[in-house]
This record gives sequence, structure tokens and C-alpha cells, in this order.
Amino acid sequence: MVDPVEALLEQALARAPTPEAEAVYQAHDSALTRFAASAVHQNVSEHDATLRVRLVDGARTGVASTNRLDDEGLRDVVARADAICRRAAVHPDPSPLPEPASARVPAELGLAIATRDASPVLRAAGARAVIDAGRAAGLEVSGAFLTETNAIAVANSRGLRQSHRGTQAKLLTVMMGDDGRSGYAQATASDVGDIDAAAVGEEAATRATAMAHPIDLEPGDYPVILDHYAVQVLLEYMAYDGFSAQALEEGRSFMQLGERVMGDAISIWDDGLDPSGLPSAIDYEGVPKRRVDLVTRGMATGVVHDSATARRAGVSSTGHGLPAPNPWGPLGWNLFMAGGSTPRAQLASGIRRGVWVTRFHYLSTVHERRAIMTGMTRDGTFLIEDGQLTRPLRNLRFTQAIPEAFSAVAAISRETRLVAAEYSGINARVPALRLDRFAFTGATASEGAG
Amino acid sequence: MNDLLQRALDVATGSGAAYADARWVSRGTESLVVKNGALEGAESSTSEGIGVRVLVDGAWGFAGSARLEASAVEQVAREAVAIARASAVARGTPVQLDDTPPAVATFRTPLSEDTFAVSLDDRLAILFDADREMSGQAEIVSRRGHIDAGREHKIFVSSSGARIEQHLSETGAGLEVTAANQGEAQRRSYPQSNGQHVTGGFEAIRALDLAGNGRRIAEEAVALLSAPQCPAGEMDLVIDSSQMALQVHESCGHPIELDRVLGMEASFAGTSFLTLDALDHLQYGSEVVHIDADATAPGGLGTFGFDDEGVPAQNVPIVSAGRFVGYLTSRETAPLIGRRSMGSSRASGWNVIPLIRMTNVSLRPGSAGSLDDLIADTRDGLFVSSNRSWSIDDRRLNFQFGTEIGWRIRNGRLAEMVRNPTYTGITPRFWGSCDAIAGPEAWTLWGVPNCGKGEPMQTHRVGHGAAPARFRGVQVGVGQW
Repeated sequence: MVDPVEALLEQALARAPTPEAEAVYQAHDSALTRFAASAVHQNVSEHDATLRVRLVDGARTGVASTNRLDDEGLRDVVARADAICRRAAVHPDPSPLPEPASARVPAELGLAIATRDASPVLRAAGARAVIDAGRAAGLEVSGAFLTETNAIAVANSRGLRQSHRGTQAKLLTVMMGDDGRSGYAQATASDVGDIDAAAVGEEAATRATAMAHPIDLEPGDYPVILDHYAVQVLLEYMAYDGFSAQALEEGRSFMQLGERVMGDAISIWDDGLDPSGLPSAIDYEGVPKRRVDLVTRGMATGVVHDSATARRAGVSSTGHGLPAPNPWGPLGWNLFMAGGSTPRAQLASGIRRGVWVTRFHYLSTVHERRAIMTGMTRDGTFLIEDGQLTRPLRNLRFTQAIPEAFSAVAAISRETRLVAAEYSGINARVPALRLDRFAFTGATASEGAG
Repeated sequence: MNDLLQRALDVATGSGAAYADARWVSRGTESLVVKNGALEGAESSTSEGIGVRVLVDGAWGFAGSARLEASAVEQVAREAVAIARASAVARGTPVQLDDTPPAVATFRTPLSEDTFAVSLDDRLAILFDADREMSGQAEIVSRRGHIDAGREHKIFVSSSGARIEQHLSETGAGLEVTAANQGEAQRRSYPQSNGQHVTGGFEAIRALDLAGNGRRIAEEAVALLSAPQCPAGEMDLVIDSSQMALQVHESCGHPIELDRVLGMEASFAGTSFLTLDALDHLQYGSEVVHIDADATAPGGLGTFGFDDEGVPAQNVPIVSAGRFVGYLTSRETAPLIGRRSMGSSRASGWNVIPLIRMTNVSLRPGSAGSLDDLIADTRDGLFVSSNRSWSIDDRRLNFQFGTEIGWRIRNGRLAEMVRNPTYTGITPRFWGSCDAIAGPEAWTLWGVPNCGKGEPMQTHRVGHGAAPARFRGVQVGVGQW
């Protein structure tokens, strides 16, 4: 029996009126149970699939997409791509479609049947376990439980045929209470069976309880412990403007290949085939993912490429292309940072006065070239005194060049943890970090109306 | 389509839903990107599907599908009911909708020239002309221009009897140029970062005069490479109209979303300092500050005929003479403050539920004349323009913005250019320091096409009108440079 997705892609290529063509199928089956005020308030499910057709006629390209996958939809999407391609301006430096790889990738790496088949009852039970943990601590509980299956299949006229299906389950919660209490926890995995909802609830409840009666801290430079959640989001933002070959081309990246950009202890890489992350074996051009060592013992050693940046740089694509047309360049979304040798529980040891940050909120890049970012702490910020977490702190704003901060690494936790991005899909397995200096430049108002 | 939607309602109510609504949405977009003299992206996309929302025993359920045959639509309706039933495991107070009367109506965005009907050649000519204007200087490493178009045809029906059909049209365009040297990279945009977006037609794109502004922003990007760093300290700050739009967006638009106030967004982007006790009491800003939410504003990116719960578009006051007087609401949340929905429940597509979203949340113009008048009235300060970075805390109090460019103001005149300007503040204190807002001649209704909210994240299109405004004693030049 012919796979219906493969058949769809072959039909699309067969209908292409141009010398070259690419067809990309993306399917998304997603369900999410959302809770707030300790009750489920949103419970949704979505099924969608899109066909994207890229037609190439020499130096002219046209792209069209549709989620109507019947014969009429197929005819329409090819016609729209052709109409654009015929009238498109000639590209003076066109990028060719990728050639087929020598082998097919593991097409179901990171696919868990339990996640694919997760029911609304299972998600509601997970929400219930988290809510119970918060209620036991006298906290108001909010959060979300996601289960989703994502599929991608790519075929092009050069003979490339690749596909991948994977699953993700993510459970997160924010618990809040009187007297400034607020705590966060998250768990993510390919297999929903690996998520312990009660443990997520317990982690957040413990953190929130410890946050009662936070005090103000004068902004300034402090030694800091960045917990796993805080480290993930810093890597996520460096992925946009730092680790991309196009950002490097355009002088926007802090990465200077072959030069030291961070401390010796820092190694960062992207690996879509590592099952300890959330695998994605191919990119949106069908190119198999390759591990890219981005920062190796503090030295900038690589950036991620798609077909266009790879051709301009005279190298091979690393499998980090986004859907065509893509003026934004490649992106790494399977990030890892090497763990160290210090137990996480001992990271604060020896700090006379510092800050423990559980997570950051609403980051923004202030200056791309220097990777200066700003954002707020949230849901678990503590004062460290003489190696102990002594008092909870009201939220602080930081404005900090991150490579500079990562150049002053005092210790790295032995434990690493897979942390899902809030919405971007840039997930990372990371340790917690102890940094000698981190610039806090402001504090939130201690009362509502300031 | 009407038969299919009615079938979805019948199956949902027949399966136990006390209330059901169904939306069919067909959305098409076209985008063109010219980068460094070449057509880098030309894309046409369509997406069509149906979403069914149900209330069973006071709990919501929602399911959506792109498959539109009768059996699939029936399955979606049954799935929505099953999901609502699963919610009972941890159900809160049963949902009660307000008494908005069901409407039977149509709406179509007024426009003069449909962007989809403008030839590719004509659209590209505008972008290539602008690209040429941005080129020619060695420090320019990236030039980008884009023209976008979107159209949405949707039908909403409910078990209460609503039948609403809408045709919405949007368009947008903008330029961005990056200059870099050995140690620095600087960006300038026109007419604002991400361009300008409106509901309407191509007449709005022609009016932007992209080519006429390409050379200026390229020269400014190059000049920024050697401009002095923005000074640090407290200073009187004049903010241009487009950055004011984002200031309104983050520090007013989001905190007035009543679902956020009630904690429904707590696990994602947070809550709001505008708690229920603040309504009609809190002095949000100075007496010159008037803000409204107007879904009827001509050309606004948040303009429509009816929201996605079938509530008619309205103009409601949010801040009146500095006092906080109104929220953005939905049919579920409005009764909780004793009101009827003001019509801001919107879904970004067929596949997601409506959430409370901004419409056109706008700062009304003041009486300070033109931007030049405002600067002439400022002895010593800083003028900043075009957003570059944005961040605000989880209660919408502590914010920090960066802009692409700034100038010192000395003795009522723009003096030297400064690079990397930033400013920070606490929302009510900041708005309380506003002492002048430019007049109607300096007011622009800006579009923000990328407002994110909710889980799963919905990216929506909203509008903000604003004129340049002045704030006294603001902390600028944040961080170590």
C-alpha cells in the first residue's frame, strides 16, 4: 500500500510545470488542556496538515501552500506557485534545491505512541495532580498540559525523499499565593509517560511556598545561579541572532569563528538526532540534521546552515533550514549545553551574597552584535547569603551581554535537564550555571500601582 | 458551508452541549520580500477549516479540523463535547455567557484597491525602487523590503441563532536596513520596525512612499555606527508615534485584557496590575492621558464588524483623563464585572479558540501641536524613534524599551544623534509623568501584526493609534555599554 503522504508529494512533483520542484508536507495534531484558578478553563484539540510547493525555473522561484489536500487543492497550490514563479524577478544568485542524502534518517526518532494517543482524560488527570499539589500548599494553580504529534515529509525533483514524525508532551505550572508567593515548574519529553505530574506540582509548590514575603534587592552586579529554566531561554535567544550563519554573514552575530567568545567551561551544540532532546531528524528542506558544535570550551566553532547560507559559505547544509521562502536564515532548535561537575545543590556554596534565578520572563535582545539582552526574573528568585538561599526576592530586571556573563563561569551543575521553550520550539538540554557577575539593572514595583 | 456549520451545531447540542458555536474560516495571504536587490521570497498561502466550541455542564470544549466533509465536521463536534466533558475532572465555576443578542449580519472591510489584484510586477517595482535607494554605501550589509496582503472570509453561527459573515482585508509593507563595521551593527526601519499594516487596500501601500524614505534610513543606519552611545540618567523623554504605539500595547493593551486579570494567562505571559479593584478608581496616568479601544476605527488592523463570539465592534473608553475605566472583555468574562462584552474576543484562525485580544487600543491625540512643536517646547531631553527591543514584567509594571535611533534635545532643537537608546519605568509612574501629547496632525493608527498570546500561542493583528508624547524624568541609557 502506498503511503498517502508519499503519494501526495509525488503527485505534487508530477504536476510541477517547472524544471525543478519541492513539496513539503507538515502535519500537526495537537491537544492542550489549560488550567487557571485551580480549574480547567480551556481544553482544545487541533488537526491540520499543510502542503507547501516550491517551484524553481532557473533563477525564478515561486512558493505556495495550502491545507486543502484533495485534488482541487493540489491543482490550486501548484497553479499559485507557478503564477508567482512565472512573474518572479530573476534571482542573481539562486540557491539550488538540496541533493538527496546517502541514507534516509530515522523517520520515527522521538515518536512515542503514548503521546500520540493521549486522551483529554489523561491530560485532565495530569492537570488534576498538579492542582492537588498546589491546593495542598494553599496556592492558586495555573498551567497547561500539551500533547502533540508533528510530521514532516519532503520530496524534491532531485530525488530527495525524507520524512520524520515525532511527539512532544509538556506540562508546566505557575502557582501563586498571598504574600508574593509564586513558583514555576515544567517537564517535557517525547513520551508523555515520562512526565510525572505530581512531581511537577510538588516542585512548583515547594518553590512558591519558599517565595513568601519577598524583599527588595538593590539593583547591581551580583554573583548569580541560573537554574535550568533560565539557561534555556538565554540559549534560545542566542539561537536567533548568534548561532545562525546568516546573522554571522550580516555582522549581527556575537560569534567570531575561531575566537574565544565564552569561558573555557562552556560548550554548546545543536543535535537534532540526540534522543535525550526532542529529536527532529530533518529540516524543512529535507536535509538530515547534523550535530553542529557551536561553542567548544569557550571558542566559537560553528554556526548552523541551510542550503542558501551553506552555498554562499562553500560548505554543506547542516540541516537547519526553515520553510521556503526564508529570508530569515537558518535556525538551530535542538540545543545542548555540556554539564559540569558540581551537584546543582552545591552551586551556591561559597557565594557570600548573590541571586538565585529560577526563570526569566519576556526576554528581548537589546543589541544583537553583543548579545545584550534584557528581561525579568519570575516565579522563584532568591537571595543567596553565605552559600544559602536565605530570602525570596521581588523580581529583578537584568540588562546583560550574555557571552560576557558566560565568560565568568564559576561552576556548572552536573545535572542537565530538557527544557521546552514557551512557544518557539527551540528546546534545550542544559545544566544550571553559577556566574561570577550578572547585571541587574532594575526591580519591579513592590506594590501593584507602584 | 452554512449547512455544514448548522450540522456541527446540531451534533454538538444533540450530544449534550448547552451552547455551541461554529466558525468556518478561509484565510489567504501573499507576501513578497526583496532582499539585497533580489526577490528573496514570494509566497501565496491558504488555510481553511472549521472550529467548534461547546459548553457542556458549564465547561468549555473546542476542536478544529481542516477536513470539511460532513462526517469530519460531525466528528469535530463530538470531539469538542468529549473534551468539554473531560474538563469536569477539574472544573471551576460554571461558565455563564452574557446576554449579547444573537446577530444576523455581514461585514466587509472598505478598500479602494485590492492588494491581491495589484500585479506582481507593480508590487515588486515598489520594492526594487526602495531597495535601490537603500543601496550604495559600503557599510550596508542587509537591505530588506516587504509587501504583505491578507484576506479572511469567515462565517460564525451559534446555537443561540447568530449568523455572521465577514470579509476582512489587510495589507502592509516596510523597509529595514542594517549597517555593520568591525565592531558594531545598527538597524533602521521605515515606517516602523515590522512596517505598517492596516485593514484596507493597496492605497495604503502607495501612500507610504517607501522609495522616498529608503536613502534616509540607510544614511541613518550608517551614521549610527559612529554615533555616541545614548547617555545614562534621568531625562525628559519625547517618544515618536510608532514607539508610543508599542508603549501602549505593552503597558496598557495587555494589562486591560480581563482574562489576564482573572488569571487565565498566569502560566504563560502572566497577570495584570490592573486588578478588579482598580476599575474606575486607579489613576493610571496624568490627566492628559485618554485611551480607548476602538474596533470600528477606519483602517485599523484591529478593525472588524463582529468579534469571534458574534459581538458587534465597539469603541469603549479605557483611560479617561488618566483614570482607568474599562477592560477588554468577552462574553464569559464581562458578566463578572457586571457588564456586557465590548467585543474583543478574537481567534487567530479556525483552529484555535477566541481569546480576549486587543482591537485598536489607542492613545488619543493631545493639544501639543506637531512633533516639532513638542521638541521646541522641551529644553533638554532625548527624542527616541522606532522600536528595537521590548520587555515587561509578568504584571505589566516594570518595562524596558530600546529604539533604533535617538537624538539629544537641547534648547528646543534636535542635537546630536545617539545610538542604542533605551528607557525603563514602572507603568503608572511613567504614564503619570506624561505632560504633553502632540495633536491630531501627528497622530497615526499603527498596526502590530505579531501580537502573541495564549497557549497554544495565537499570533494576532491589532492596532494602536498614537501621537508623539513627552514624559518627564525618565531613566534612559540602561545597562553597561
